[in-house]
Amino acid sequence: MKKFSIQDLNVRYSDDNESLRKVSMEIDSNAITVLFGPAGGGKSTFLRVLNRLNDLADVKEMTGQVLFNGIDILDPKLDVIDLRRKIGMVFSRPVPLPLSIYENVAYGLMMAGERSKKKLDNAVESALRQAVLWDEVYDRLTSSAYAISGGQQQRICLARVLALEPEVIMLDEPTSALDPVSTSKIESLLTELKEKYTIILAPHNVQQAARMADYAAFFLMGELIEFSSGKDMFLKPIDKRTQDYITGRFG
Amino acid sequence: MSTNSQNNPKGKIAEIMGFNLLRLVTLLTVLPILGLIVFIIIKGAPALSIEFLTTPPSNGMRDGGILPAIIGTLYLTLGTAIFSVPLGVAAGIYISEYAEDNRLTRLIRIAIINLAGIPSVVYGLFGLGLFVLFLKFGTSILSASLTLSIMTLPVIISTTEEALRSVPNSFRVVSTSLGASRWQTIWKIVLPQGLPGIITGIILGLERAAGETAPILFTGATFFLPQLPHSPLDATMALPYHIFVISTQIPGMPVKIQYGTVLVLLIFVLGMNLIATLIRSRARSKRQW
Repeated sequence: MKKFSIQDLNVRYSDDNESLRKVSMEIDSNAITVLFGPAGGGKSTFLRVLNRLNDLADVKEMTGQVLFNGIDILDPKLDVIDLRRKIGMVFSRPVPLPLSIYENVAYGLMMAGERSKKKLDNAVESALRQAVLWDEVYDRLTSSAYAISGGQQQRICLARVLALEPEVIMLDEPTSALDPVSTSKIESLLTELKEKYTIILAPHNVQQAARMADYAAFFLMGELIEFSSGKDMFLKPIDKRTQDYITGRFG
Repeated sequence: MSTNSQNNPKGKIAEIMGFNLLRLVTLLTVLPILGLIVFIIIKGAPALSIEFLTTPPSNGMRDGGILPAIIGTLYLTLGTAIFSVPLGVAAGIYISEYAEDNRLTRLIRIAIINLAGIPSVVYGLFGLGLFVLFLKFGTSILSASLTLSIMTLPVIISTTEEALRSVPNSFRVVSTSLGASRWQTIWKIVLPQGLPGIITGIILGLERAAGETAPILFTGATFFLPQLPHSPLDATMALPYHIFVISTQIPGMPVKIQYGTVLVLLIFVLGMNLIATLIRSRARSKRQW
């Protein structure tokens, strides 16, 4: 099933930085779609269009069509807050909010108006269990989210997205600041989570892209060069530039 | 380091001289302030007593205490806080979090910075014209507080703005991505993190207001009052103006009382300063990011 359907998406910032040109692709549910390519290629911009986080940035021009469950999310009248609850995002560096572990995970639900202590408790526990973090933090939920390791912090960031029971989870280089052990924990987690969620991942290197991709999209300087299944992309890429990048001739 | 001095003894000597010169200059800036404080404590401490702090002046100011002036300054500081804190913090939040960066907001920002540079006597005359005469509040605590508020506002607005800007933008992005509205993000994340800075700014602004003479000279301060003020529309005595009065207007004024009064004002103002410093350093040590 198609979760997103993107047609001729163009984005330009006021300072003419990292823009997108005529990007068209479809994103399947219950699969990991990987966006890869050199820095500044438009991956982050692309992700930030999908949950309209780009509204916070200085966007000069945005045209095209982005359908999420068949609804145009570029519509100015769209309820962006509701959209963001359905499309969660994990960032490249773990940024816990300056609150306790519990409050970090419950934050989204609390902002959505959930008051029931019991519901919040359950949601926090279930999200932390899904992020395989419960056993490590259950006895210090009230301590600061900055008192745990970077790898744990990043799983808190994932857990607080899961607590909202979203449909889509987007991860923008989620392991770029983590050690190999934490990285493999997050990777195996994502492989499990795709049973329930649509996952869009911008990995921070080609190896991770190849490991994780059900589908892969190669972005270069704002253009979508190639889009195919993960196997096809990394075993027999069609475009010369994709081949060069995957084999490490530039990037 | 030692090899350096062997290779180049001249450079080493120049370095020592340079450092000592800087040390001397630093000392020169601190010494006058320290000297002033010590001098006033030595001269003023003998005047301090419970009676001095709790009785009104008597015998044409030459005897008794300074209670009405202390209470008056407290009223004025409180009144200033009531008007300037909500307005200033709200304006700071607006400029930092909501206002778009365009010509108008840049103009407002420049105006706020320039407001802070206006001589206080100009504020005093402005308050006389607007609050005392035009709005007919008379010479009163209300007029004086409003005048001091206008003078304090730029300080509170710019420190609030500064404090909120120092909160990392990634918090706003993360909070927004979790479905928080702009106001929820400000209320739950940005404001609590900026609060110590805001409080520091408020205290520093109020401290300046508490020590000012010129703005209250025409708007609310009075020479002598046998009783404490009963309502915001009464005039009041105040420490800064009282010091002016007893040092220039009264012949044969005992020096002890003059210094004692100055010391009380100094303790009041420096005390506020100390609280602001404590809040700032405590917040800095607790900050995690």
